[in-house]
Amino acid sequence: MAQIRIENLRKSFDRFTAVEGSTFTIDDGTFFAMLGPSGCGKTTTLRMIAGLELPTEGKILLDGEDVTFHRAAARDIAFVFQLFALYPHMNVGENIGFPLKCQGMARREIRERVQETARMLRIEHLLSSKTSKLSGGDRQRVALGRAMVRRPKAFLMDEPLGALDAEFRHLMCGELRDLHDRIKATTVYVTHDQLEAMSMADQIAVMNKGRVEQIGTPQEVYDRPASMFVADFIGSPPMNFLRFEGGVRSGDRAVSFHDTRLVVPEIREDRASAPLALGVRPEHIRFADAGAVRGEVFGAEYLGTTQIVTVDTAYGRVAARLPSSASVQIGETIGLEFNADRLALFDIGSGLAIRTASEEGPRHG
Amino acid sequence: MTAAATRSTAHSIVEASPRTKAFAGGLVILYAVITILPLLWIVATAFKSQSDAIAYPPKVIFEPTLEGYVNLFTVRTRQTPDFIAKLPPPETWYDQLVRKRDMVIAGPSKVVPRFVNSLIIGFGSTFLAVFLGTLAAYAFSRFRIPLADDLLFFILSTRMMPPVAVAIPIYLMYRQLNLTDTRLGMILLYTAVNVSLAVWLLKGFIDEIPREYEEAALVDGYTRLQALRKVVLPQAVTGIAATAIFCLIFSWNEYAFAVLLTSGEAQTMPPFIPFIIGEGGQDWPAVAAATTLFVVPIVMFTVLLRKHLLRGITFGAVRK
Repeated sequence: MAQIRIENLRKSFDRFTAVEGSTFTIDDGTFFAMLGPSGCGKTTTLRMIAGLELPTEGKILLDGEDVTFHRAAARDIAFVFQLFALYPHMNVGENIGFPLKCQGMARREIRERVQETARMLRIEHLLSSKTSKLSGGDRQRVALGRAMVRRPKAFLMDEPLGALDAEFRHLMCGELRDLHDRIKATTVYVTHDQLEAMSMADQIAVMNKGRVEQIGTPQEVYDRPASMFVADFIGSPPMNFLRFEGGVRSGDRAVSFHDTRLVVPEIREDRASAPLALGVRPEHIRFADAGAVRGEVFGAEYLGTTQIVTVDTAYGRVAARLPSSASVQIGETIGLEFNADRLALFDIGSGLAIRTASEEGPRHG
Repeated sequence: MTAAATRSTAHSIVEASPRTKAFAGGLVILYAVITILPLLWIVATAFKSQSDAIAYPPKVIFEPTLEGYVNLFTVRTRQTPDFIAKLPPPETWYDQLVRKRDMVIAGPSKVVPRFVNSLIIGFGSTFLAVFLGTLAAYAFSRFRIPLADDLLFFILSTRMMPPVAVAIPIYLMYRQLNLTDTRLGMILLYTAVNVSLAVWLLKGFIDEIPREYEEAALVDGYTRLQALRKVVLPQAVTGIAATAIFCLIFSWNEYAFAVLLTSGEAQTMPPFIPFIIGEGGQDWPAVAAATTLFVVPIVMFTVLLRKHLLRGITFGAVRK
């Protein structure tokens, strides 16, 4: 097991820069998710860690050893692909045993290790099956088995559940996390699905346009987004942004939002007057006649335990998450009240969060 | 009427109706007859006597003889009946056959060495073209190569010129290099022509193989070449087989360069066959016999690789 350190890693293809100078450390035994929209550089970063792609600049350290230009095979890392990449001309057992065969391990030992791995993944009964006959979930288990059998320093997974249908994906999410808890291997998991990242990861790196925007626990990333991008990308529906113009000073406990004063968590930095955005999660909005912001109900989306009510206000359309028992009439005018402790402020110009008492700590990538 | 109506409503858009199937089958058989008939005629002609072969109207029923094959494999001289009568009795059936026509066998003809030349040059150049083509196609498919598209076009462009147009410069170059009328020269030439086809065909096949397979192998401990050999090649067998057949058919049948560049040592079958001369002109049964033998290896090779070839032609049409 190993710690992975990335230093100023950059990768460009011709004129396009895929990954731009990111630096971070993945601690030993961490389940680390890289989350972002397609084309944000997460897969490229992963492939550089694996050695399938060489960085243009920067360093990759495995347990302190610089492996930036080592061959993939020399890094002792396992890679799980989205399309499983099971060799079609081998059966399940041969597929799992393949990395050991590459290393030239004795046949008997290979058999034992394959058995042990299969037992762990509960696929012992499939060992002599053809891979083409397997279900998606079983294929992914075999791919995992092939990764585990070598007991590598780290697991790299590139959207391993992306090719599964929703039902299997949920099941495999649980299995993957369970497996990680048992073998405690450093795992780097690339996904564009925030639910996968939130439910499994210890740490999430949110990436955008080749940059790491924020690294933190799922709670940190959700509750204290470091930028408007992170706030918008994580959460469904995403955080609402209400634009206003104003300046803030360290120690302020309220901001002038258009013609009212809104209580916010204590501000910890000074900002000259500039376009700002008030960030509020849908679940931190209540309907109250005395609410500072007023608007007209545009629509409601019933989700079982809750409902998402969209309201047109003077500052844009706002989504609120209400108990499904609340009765809402489309077209009615209502007041919105925000949970003051959970409000966030962003500088629209830079897209970054303004530090407040609730946001202390988030790291900017 | 109702039965007909039900049948027409049960008509499936995927499954052809029996009548359509019969029609399609008939077309295929007709086409097969049209293409196979000349071949059968050649096979039959090889067993005709010289006079039967040029008889008009053509003879479909005739007395079969092995004269054509004997003539193909031997060189004969005409002798007087007295001379033949003085000879010891014929040792073999073909001696006897020849003496009946007042001739004696003077020695073997050049057909065997020519056939061997064809085999060596045909299979040699096919192997080289497919080998080089596979490596080049893999590189084009997997690596970032500067100006890859231009290079691919350049490779294809070598095929755009008809052989006649480049024949003279090649002849002059070959003379300088002492490659005229050598097997090596012909192998190199056919390899050069075929390699462009091989690169293009195989690139298509290798593009279809997900690169994750070899990347998984790379991570698991293989070098690039090992991954190519043990992971990519087994999956590219279909494409390689199809490409090999196309390359072999070209180099086996090639005539223009062979006429120009070979005359003795390295002559292949195509320029040899038309010049099998018998008494009083072309020896048609011998030509037909040579043609029959000439077709055999290519038929065998194709039949052996048939399974791959069929899959190869339809490969990539359906996403698996």
